Amino acid sequence: MSGPKDAVGETMGETLLAVDGVSLGFGGVKAITDVSFDIRKGEIRAIIGPNGAGKTSMLNVINGFYHPQQGRITYKGQTRSRMRPYQAASQGIARTFQNVALFRGMSTLDNIMVGRTLRMHRGLFWQMLRFGPAMREEIDHRRHVEDIIDFLQIEAIRKTPVGKLPYGLQKRVELGRALAMEPELLLLDEPMAGMNMEEKEDMCRYILDLNRHFGTTIALIEHDIGVVMDLSDRVVVLEYGHKIADGTPEEVKADPKVIDAYLGVGH
Amino acid sequence: MFYRETGQFKQNYAADSAVFPILQDRYGLAIIMVIAFVAIPMFGSEFLLASVMIPFLILSLGAIGLNILVGYTGLLSLGTAGFMGVGAYAAYKLSTMFPQVNILVWILCSGFFAAGIGVIFGLPSLRIKGFYLAVATLAAQFFLQWCFVRVAWLYNYNPSGAIEVPGRTLFGIAITGPMATPVNRYYVVLGVVVVMTLIASNIVHGRIGRTWMAVRDMDIAAQLMGIRLLPAKLLAFAVSSFYCGVAGALMVFLWLGAAEPSAFDIKLSFLLLFMVIIGGLGSLIGSFMGAALIHILPIFIRALPESLGLPVAAATVEHLTYLIVGALIIFFLIVEPHGLARLWQITKQKLRVWPFPY
Ligand SMILES: Nc1ncnc2c1ncn2[C@@H]1O[C@H](COP(=O)(O)OP(=O)(O)OP(=O)(O)O)[C@@H](O)[C@H]1O
Ligand SMILES: [Mg+2]
Repeated sequence: MSGPKDAVGETMGETLLAVDGVSLGFGGVKAITDVSFDIRKGEIRAIIGPNGAGKTSMLNVINGFYHPQQGRITYKGQTRSRMRPYQAASQGIARTFQNVALFRGMSTLDNIMVGRTLRMHRGLFWQMLRFGPAMREEIDHRRHVEDIIDFLQIEAIRKTPVGKLPYGLQKRVELGRALAMEPELLLLDEPMAGMNMEEKEDMCRYILDLNRHFGTTIALIEHDIGVVMDLSDRVVVLEYGHKIADGTPEEVKADPKVIDAYLGVGH
Repeated sequence: MFYRETGQFKQNYAADSAVFPILQDRYGLAIIMVIAFVAIPMFGSEFLLASVMIPFLILSLGAIGLNILVGYTGLLSLGTAGFMGVGAYAAYKLSTMFPQVNILVWILCSGFFAAGIGVIFGLPSLRIKGFYLAVATLAAQFFLQWCFVRVAWLYNYNPSGAIEVPGRTLFGIAITGPMATPVNRYYVVLGVVVVMTLIASNIVHGRIGRTWMAVRDMDIAAQLMGIRLLPAKLLAFAVSSFYCGVAGALMVFLWLGAAEPSAFDIKLSFLLLFMVIIGGLGSLIGSFMGAALIHILPIFIRALPESLGLPVAAATVEHLTYLIVGALIIFFLIVEPHGLARLWQITKQKLRVWPFPY
């Protein structure tokens, strides 16, 4: 799985997103303390760490759900003290959640169609008619969504309400919904948690395909160390909200602090 | 056996994105339309038109309005009757101030007034949800009803405090006031309700409808897709209140003929909420089913003993009606908490695979 990856690794250059000295607390609880790292265009960047290390909080800072008390976020050359969800979405940051956050009452197709919202522009008047330009727009986006459905091999559940789907498929639909935004930066929060071996392999393949063929930059939180080592170009390790290591999978794996804090304990 | 989609292949996404992609559904709809537009006006008695169909259609329209808010966007509202009242009083004021303009124009325009008021009372929805929002809309209900009683300008300083519908015509035919026949009123109501239902169906099946449902199902994820919550919720309030406003105006002008402020009290709000929940949250067909169950069914039950020649006292019939309808509501809610529309969907699914169980 890691064969062609190494060759791509060298060609990545400019920084897409940089987090600089970010600290985040909830009342007394410090979730993140002075963490800095960057994500380069075209790479797969893993964020790992034990439970409660602040990984999910970090993604929430990046797409604007949490506002850090300190630090700056630079995305596409623009520096801000905090993001807003709408800004993040409209500038190409998409995201999946650790505990699936699908629109449960809607079908697979509609869920993914929601991902196209920002790219659909026909207003209330045309929507009322569902005719002419509105219908053409609907069909154009439907076509795009169908490509995603093909890619993820979920044709059979197109019209099924997502609440009825098994967990593994829900994760897949959620990925599809994020992809519908045609993101430049895709944040995946434990996309393989709770999956069986086969589902995990599929998911790995999708992630690699996305990265290779569409050049999507991916930030990935994952507990399965094997997967992380195979997929990612660089890894950042968090523990109790602090960054304790940052580098290629080989470097991180050899780092004594990481072995102590994470590999030694968890596995 | 008859309800099968086998052999109906969609050649393009336009056909598959249609509101009714299955052929039998389209036939069914056509049959209903023929019954509504031809059979009922031709063979229906005055009683059927004036006391069954007109109220049923108007209540259905109000239920659709409420369903947009509660069922599609997940915002609980108890102010429905208030918003309907805004529509009714707006139509009344406009038609008495500018009698030369056609009444139908004013009835539709009254929706905009209701929409505006709806947006104002929808503002708190950014911060509060569920029961708290219900309480905020309840405040709207009480405030608006207070206005209908206290602001004499709204009812043109009538000593009775009620609004009397003036006689108005459409293409020379009386459609409001005492001269209007039930058939004429029925056609106007039917036309408005059919067109507005079609529009509602278009909205909820497109981008805006998906936006609302996304906000309803998971507002955090919706924000992540670039949906801004406040505009989405306010649009839902506006569209919903528009529908309620038009329903309110129709109610006074084409059903009741006159109305006191008490016509728009909290009981009506609850009645519509009832219809929406029993019919099915997030379903337009359900809105009609709910209105039918709550408005038409009691009429039939009431008429039953007499038509069968059973000697039952009127008061007893009344009590029995309440009892039976109440029991039915509870029965339906236990069988299918998601409403009649879901029950209908399940039945169709069963028909599709008949005679096999799945
Ligand atoms: N909204 C919140 N309010 C209060 N505390 C929070 C909130 N979100 C996160 N925390 C706290 O911040 C810390 C980091 O949580 P976070 O969810 O980021 O961990 P994580 O690395 O994603 O863990 P896991 O592997 O279990 O998903 C935890 O101690 C958590 O309790
Ligand atoms: Mg987490």
